Amino acid sequence: MKLEELRFGTELLKRGFASMQKGGVIMDVVSAEQALVAEEAGAVAVMALERVPADIRKAGGVARMADPAIVLGIMDAVSIPVMAKVRIGHFVEAQVLESLGVDMIDESEVLTPADEEYHIDKKAFSVPFVCGARDLGEALRRIHEGAAMIRTKGEAGTGNVVEAVRHMRNITGEIRSLQGKTPQEIINRARELEAPPDLLLETVKMGRLPVVNFSAGGIATPADAAMMMQMGADGVFVGSGIFLSSNPQKMARAIVEAVDHFDDAAVIAEVSKGLGQPMKGIDVHTLREDEVLQYRGR
Amino acid sequence: MGARLGVLALQGDVSEHILAFSRALRATGEVDGSVIPVRKPQDLEGLQGLAIPGGESTTISRLVEKNGLFGPLVNFEGGIFATCAGMVLAASRVDDPRVRPLGLLDMAVKRNAFGRQRESFEADLAVRGLDQPFHACFIRAPVATATGKDVEVLARIDAGAVAVRRGKHMALSFHPELGDDPRLHAMFLERIFAGE
Repeated sequence: MKLEELRFGTELLKRGFASMQKGGVIMDVVSAEQALVAEEAGAVAVMALERVPADIRKAGGVARMADPAIVLGIMDAVSIPVMAKVRIGHFVEAQVLESLGVDMIDESEVLTPADEEYHIDKKAFSVPFVCGARDLGEALRRIHEGAAMIRTKGEAGTGNVVEAVRHMRNITGEIRSLQGKTPQEIINRARELEAPPDLLLETVKMGRLPVVNFSAGGIATPADAAMMMQMGADGVFVGSGIFLSSNPQKMARAIVEAVDHFDDAAVIAEVSKGLGQPMKGIDVHTLREDEVLQYRGR
Repeated sequence: MGARLGVLALQGDVSEHILAFSRALRATGEVDGSVIPVRKPQDLEGLQGLAIPGGESTTISRLVEKNGLFGPLVNFEGGIFATCAGMVLAASRVDDPRVRPLGLLDMAVKRNAFGRQRESFEADLAVRGLDQPFHACFIRAPVATATGKDVEVLARIDAGAVAVRRGKHMALSFHPELGDDPRLHAMFLERIFAGE
């Protein structure tokens, strides 16, 4: 049969794409070779970058969208979805990635923001977006702008899970604290959170964010990943944690299995054996204020 | 005891499938029915039907092997309701060596047959056995490029078959679990309960 009316880039397709990632690990990669390692290990998608966040920290300067040639090279290498990052508010970088055909765009605080007032109007795009958030208000503002997926920010490039934990607790704790409240009370709270009231009402009713919520920013071991899953994440992003470890292949597979069996300590113990050195990591308390990526965008 | 259904819960849109099965059970009057997530071979015991959800077929295939589920799924005696990545796994041939198909339905499947996410689409689809078209959501969807004699094609578009059935098994390129139209689930449950 001929299909008469095809509709592309709808909200359902964007959120549906995000739903297909659930229970999965999305890995940062900087080359086709790394992308193949990630795919072989069972990653559900890869994030194509020029440098992993820890190396972005080291390099300093302005961090921008990756070279399209790198993104295309990675897209050619693997059959799983390919995501890529744009600077907060940089809608032309987003237009570029959309034209390349990436499957999802990450409007990311890991890159240097291009606009300190506005995020990208994501509803104007047919490609789905994922955005970072540190608390419920921020998450709902991003969803209101059209984000099809949220990732708690954590503190990227540190290999330190403490901020990822904080942000996940912020969001799930806030949702829990609003259970049983009246609509009026919820709307009052929406003002305080600077969140769109309708979205907050929907969130409280569902008892969770209305889009898929992954954890990111500091996950460096299988136990880190499983902890974020037990805390309610739908899946995890692992940035520097895989390819800056001493045995990326093994670490990648171990994190995939830990996410699959996140509530089975015996499996997590088994896959954690002999992984070699995880990435070295940074104590976030030693970062200068301008080195803290999570403060970018709000 | 009511109907016992499961959803393969290794990766993908598992909770959507659990909700959709629960809705379909209520719609067909099977109020005592239950739906459980399946992660281990022993979870399959006593199930009459199993959904294999959408997700990444390469990831799910790897985890099926890792969890010792390949053989138990091949020998599963209930019906299989497979969507998107599930359809890839249920096939007998796949265009990608990274996926080891279960061979539940005799068909060749092409992954990402329409292209990348920007080629994902919604459309009203005529499905054999349904009076009105089904609003279908295709997300980086596969199609069956060839089907065996015993496989009934329920819906076809230019690229190939997008809804197929054999005995108690059904496989779909699209995602009825993302909407609230229970008709395809009901069609699946009918055959399960008929014991065909």
